[in-house]
Amino acid sequence: MRYKTRLLGAITGVLALAGAALVPFGAQAGTDSKDPIKLTLHDWTGQLVTTKIMGEVMKKAGLNISYVQADYIAQFAGLKSGDLTVAMEIWETTGREAMDKATASGKVVNMGETGMQAIEEWWYPAYMKERCPGLPDWKALNKCAEKFSVPETAPKGRYLGGPVTWGGFDEERVEALGLNFEVVHAGTDAALFAELESAYQRKAPILLWVYAPHWAPVKFDGEWVEFPKYDAKCYSDPKWGGNTDAAYDCGKPRGPIWKVAWVGLKDKWPTGYKAVQNFKISNDAMGAMVSAVDLDGKKLDDVVNAWMDANTATWQAWIK
Amino acid sequence: MSGTPIQQTKTPLLPVWVAVLGFSFIFTAFAKPYVPWAFKFPRAWQWLLKDDISRFMDWLVDEASFGVFTFTEFTRGIAWVVNLPYEVTRSLLSTGLLQGQGSDAIQLLPPISWIAIIAIIMALGAYARDWKLAVLAGACFIYLSVFGQWQSAMITLSSIVIAVPFGVGGGLMLGLFGYRWRWFEKIITPVLDLMQSVPIFAYLVPILFLFGFGPVSAIIATIIYAMPPMVRITFLALRSLPSDVIDLGNMIGCTRRQMTWKVLIPSAMPSLMVGVNQVIMLSLNMVIIASMIGAGGLGFDVLSSLRRLDIGAGIESGFAIVVLAIALDRLSQAFAKKSPATHEDEQSSLLKRYPYSITSLTLVIVTGLLGLVWGAFQIYPESWTLTTGSFWKETVTYININYYDQLEGVKTFLLLQVLIPFKRALLSLPWPVVIAILGLAGWSLGGKKLAALCIILSGFIVLVGLWEKAMITVYLCGISVIIASLIGMPIGIMAAERPKLWPFVQAVIDTLQTLPSFVYLMPVVMLFRVGDFAAMIAVVAYAIAPAIRYTAHGIRQVNPDLVEAGIVSGCTKGQVLRKIKLKLAAPEIFLGLNQTIMLALSMLVITALVGTRDLGQEVYIALAKADTGRGIVAGLSVAFIAIIADRLITAGVKRSKARLGLT
Repeated sequence: MRYKTRLLGAITGVLALAGAALVPFGAQAGTDSKDPIKLTLHDWTGQLVTTKIMGEVMKKAGLNISYVQADYIAQFAGLKSGDLTVAMEIWETTGREAMDKATASGKVVNMGETGMQAIEEWWYPAYMKERCPGLPDWKALNKCAEKFSVPETAPKGRYLGGPVTWGGFDEERVEALGLNFEVVHAGTDAALFAELESAYQRKAPILLWVYAPHWAPVKFDGEWVEFPKYDAKCYSDPKWGGNTDAAYDCGKPRGPIWKVAWVGLKDKWPTGYKAVQNFKISNDAMGAMVSAVDLDGKKLDDVVNAWMDANTATWQAWIK
Repeated sequence: MSGTPIQQTKTPLLPVWVAVLGFSFIFTAFAKPYVPWAFKFPRAWQWLLKDDISRFMDWLVDEASFGVFTFTEFTRGIAWVVNLPYEVTRSLLSTGLLQGQGSDAIQLLPPISWIAIIAIIMALGAYARDWKLAVLAGACFIYLSVFGQWQSAMITLSSIVIAVPFGVGGGLMLGLFGYRWRWFEKIITPVLDLMQSVPIFAYLVPILFLFGFGPVSAIIATIIYAMPPMVRITFLALRSLPSDVIDLGNMIGCTRRQMTWKVLIPSAMPSLMVGVNQVIMLSLNMVIIASMIGAGGLGFDVLSSLRRLDIGAGIESGFAIVVLAIALDRLSQAFAKKSPATHEDEQSSLLKRYPYSITSLTLVIVTGLLGLVWGAFQIYPESWTLTTGSFWKETVTYININYYDQLEGVKTFLLLQVLIPFKRALLSLPWPVVIAILGLAGWSLGGKKLAALCIILSGFIVLVGLWEKAMITVYLCGISVIIASLIGMPIGIMAAERPKLWPFVQAVIDTLQTLPSFVYLMPVVMLFRVGDFAAMIAVVAYAIAPAIRYTAHGIRQVNPDLVEAGIVSGCTKGQVLRKIKLKLAAPEIFLGLNQTIMLALSMLVITALVGTRDLGQEVYIALAKADTGRGIVAGLSVAFIAIIADRLITAGVKRSKARLGLT
């Protein structure tokens, strides 16, 4: 019996909390709730920097915030229910599908671009240019496929793609452009760059999927392969491009990195909503901060604070 | 159920085997043009179970209701209940007592100082056994502060401290129900099998949906994963109590409740403590995965340092998990062996009766007060921390630059001569042939029931359209298990023959089992590139422990009289080992093989992170896409492979034990 009452107590408690969270603050429109805004943290430095800057700005605006560690895709479950409030980096390239699914439910809103552009493309270290003249043009790849090969793929070249979950249509691209390469998928982004680091140390051949903003293109000297420029038609219309029988005969799209939030943000924390909406930062500024942390070993919080001090006018405009 | 003796052996199975294998061979070689569906299961026949599960999940989250409240409210209620004690431990160990939430919160009281926590751990060690243990446990915690892992370790510790009692309590309850009602045990046993063999990744998404985001979900996932051994050990411990104990209880007129709590559980305590120990170790195994859904702490540190390829930092955080595991493991084992407290003299002073508690409490207060004046008493100063980060990084770089070619040679040989041919062979087998052979194996080892089980479970995998990925799973696991056994069994034999070697071997395998595999996965990728080979190394490293442990244990427990008899009748040392010890230890060694397979399967999801194309990858994709149904179906397929392997081996062991007259 006692168990039952306690359970009921727990449930009413939860109901009360949920109720409190859902009641719109009609009477006091314009004031921010004192509950913490929950910003999600993932496991890559760029995202941590973006989120911490947003968090610091919110604090300056007098908002109550807290950081919550969450998985990149799984977080949408939390954003839908309001367990999480803001996610600062959803990449057009990797997160679009999950984001669209979430916004379609009406419980998550797209808060616009962060100002950063995601680049994803085939990439090689600079020393490969000497061994494979003609790069960065993609047509040079076939001539030196053998130089990029390993025993398992020989005589074909080996291209290390991202985790299958990232999509990217690399198998289709290889097919459509008639590349003499085999696509091997890394399971995670950590594995991808572990291979790059290893090859770079030995000056060994490697051709792989790299993206920016990230520390790797800052740390390692190299270039993107230049494929025929992406066009929306290229992916949908086989007739487009050099190969008239197949789609995907072009490079990868470049796209914005988005911000998303729980739909309740606007009513519960109007200032927070404004701040997230106004947040903008450039690829270069981000690249510099990421490499300060990952390559120079500076503390993340120090880097964020240095940015805050140097860009007071910028962030003050976000919360005005 | 279990009482039936094995009678099937009388059936003349040899001709059946010959016929089936012969037919299979011919079928595999020639049937492809005629019955293509046997080689590639047609998509149109597929059972779209995953969509049904996803729909069911949506319904559960959005609509299911008990009338008064919805299912989601119910699960959120549970989350709330778990969260209460978690808040308490977290404020004691890590954040301090806070008023308010988020960044507005004000710290009313600081957390317990690092000095006091080390003192408490040492006091526990001294209380549970002796000063040696106290020093060991203290040293483990000092590692945490010296290497700058304290803050994260305390966050991890506070969720472990909550997950373990829930796991133990829940496991004990289920175990008691199973002890009391046989039917309950029959229902719960397959559920336990699934809890242990379905990869955790498969049910992370539904847990997030139901229990919300954050540490509580991670704790609940940990409890689900860590509880089954406690249930099993409770069954076993209570069943194996001598009947005198129960008779005594009945004689002195115990009520049912008294019988349970005053007689059964106290008498089974030593065995039950083994279960507690298992729950602790499994909870620590979950640290990395828990951090993926918001537990933070050491697991998060490991993940993020490997993400930026800071191998040194990853290893240091990984070892922090190992030392935490060692400290908690040794402490809980000491408590398990501790003889029940004798009654102290009631007259003696408070200090004399509770020396450890009082010293600890004093230290908490004194260091807390001193910490207000001088911060180093409260938080271990950053300038005192050490790091070995660059050493590890340089080591990996050195090996990479100087030995890569040699490693590459070995790898290429194994890959081209062994791995790839084996994979091709397995993938070329038509599924009806594999199912037939599995069924026959089940029949000859355990009878009709086992045959039916094998056929149904493997048929499920075909039906849901995961056959190819399942075969890659079998290939990767099979190769890894073979290699792990080839390395592990000789080490186990050696360790058993030379007792001095054992502590060293034990330390190594304990480390391998508790060090998160993520830590060595990235260096392995650097040296061997992504793909099956890197995955295989990671699986072997993790799964080798039981191969060593069970072999050593099996040989040690061989009846010394039989060994003596062998020596007397003039056997050489080699003969004693081969003809007596190994033969008698065979059942135990096979159990070790069984465990090796289980661990190898449980590593598959991790190896998906280095780019394998097996069921682990399927589970991982489902997680990344938050696709509940897909994850659960793939997870069930992994579990079914595990269950088939387990049942076949167990049946085989039972037969060979019966033959050796060991039971």
